[in-house]
Amino acid sequence: MGNQLRPVGILGTGSYLPEKIITNHDIEKMVDTSDEWIVTRTGIKERRIADKDTATSDLATKAALKALEDANVSAEEIDLIILATLTPDMLIPATACIVQNNIGAKNAAAFDLEAGCSGFIYSLTVGKQFIATGMYKKVLVIGAEVLSKFVDWSDRNTCVLFGDGAGAVVLGETKEGMGMLSEHMGANGEGGKFLNIPAGGSKIPLSVSSIEERLNYIKMDGSEVFKFAVRAMHKASLEALKLSGHDIEDIDYLVPHQANTRIINSAMKKLKLDIEKVYVNLDKVANTSAASVPIALDEAIKQGAIKKGDLVLLVGFGAGLTWGASVIRWNK
Amino acid sequence: MFEKIVEIVVDQLGLDNADHITPKTSLMKDLEADSLDAVEIIMALEDEFDIEIPDEEAEKFKNIGDITKYIKENK
Repeated sequence: MGNQLRPVGILGTGSYLPEKIITNHDIEKMVDTSDEWIVTRTGIKERRIADKDTATSDLATKAALKALEDANVSAEEIDLIILATLTPDMLIPATACIVQNNIGAKNAAAFDLEAGCSGFIYSLTVGKQFIATGMYKKVLVIGAEVLSKFVDWSDRNTCVLFGDGAGAVVLGETKEGMGMLSEHMGANGEGGKFLNIPAGGSKIPLSVSSIEERLNYIKMDGSEVFKFAVRAMHKASLEALKLSGHDIEDIDYLVPHQANTRIINSAMKKLKLDIEKVYVNLDKVANTSAASVPIALDEAIKQGAIKKGDLVLLVGFGAGLTWGASVIRWNK
Repeated sequence: MFEKIVEIVVDQLGLDNADHITPKTSLMKDLEADSLDAVEIIMALEDEFDIEIPDEEAEKFKNIGDITKYIKENK
């Protein structure tokens, strides 16, 4: 024991995308839009969609098993599972508990964390604390979403934006000076109205009328969210870098929340970071909310874009409104 | 004020020069800005003049003259 905090790193990563691809041309047949309009305003070309029998826990389970294998950690070694999602299987039980059972992590505590698209960075930050203090040795952090079942497929402003998928990481102790160096989280509840799913909770329970009014689907004020997103990415990045004692020039690689290339480009211009250092996969996967950062991170690592010793910045923003950023000296 | 706004518009849209831009110039009709370009210009103006331009006001702007008038009145 002792009061010294332990250094915490990501020991392994994994991700999973459903097989079915919906292209912009497919969506042209569903609502009044065009591939050109979607690509120029979002950068999205296609998205993955879960089939009707697949739930968030199914995607989460596959991503989690890959992360465990990559980390060379067994499911029994996991002390805690934190699952970030805004599209849980059900209101209760927590999707994390369903995943706990699926992977056989019988020694793990499990809970869901809802912070919109910032959910993964929030979960990473929460999970880190348990290892830093020594309470737990291994924490599994998952971001998973089946947004396609919460998207209004008759609303051309939102249905083009989202996709399904899952990403996971295993957290554990690492060497001093390596791993998760600093984190920043924030929220502004006043902006909650700009991005929400109004019905299905205790305020507006599901009913014939709430469904007829389509209140059970994602609602978004695009331009307000755009303004918030650019500023939040900028601010969160600088806050986390200040805490770790780095400048933006020190960053080797940035993995942002994958919502929209226009948001990413605008934020990078404000940050004065070369876009070549930014991982973007939203053209293929669209916005997968809490799953977007861990999917992008896993792909960037597997493609060799992130190497041991690199200084990596994760940054996200989302419903809440919420934002978060994490500076990591890559330890694997 | 107008010159500073034009400077921001030129920078945000990546235009070669400010020739032909007058208070009557429309961002979307004349300069081919799309809705997100317009949001980015509004954000840059908010930062530059330290004001807030709500969406419902921004939607009423027909040209750069309208933007200039709004900022002058609300700064």
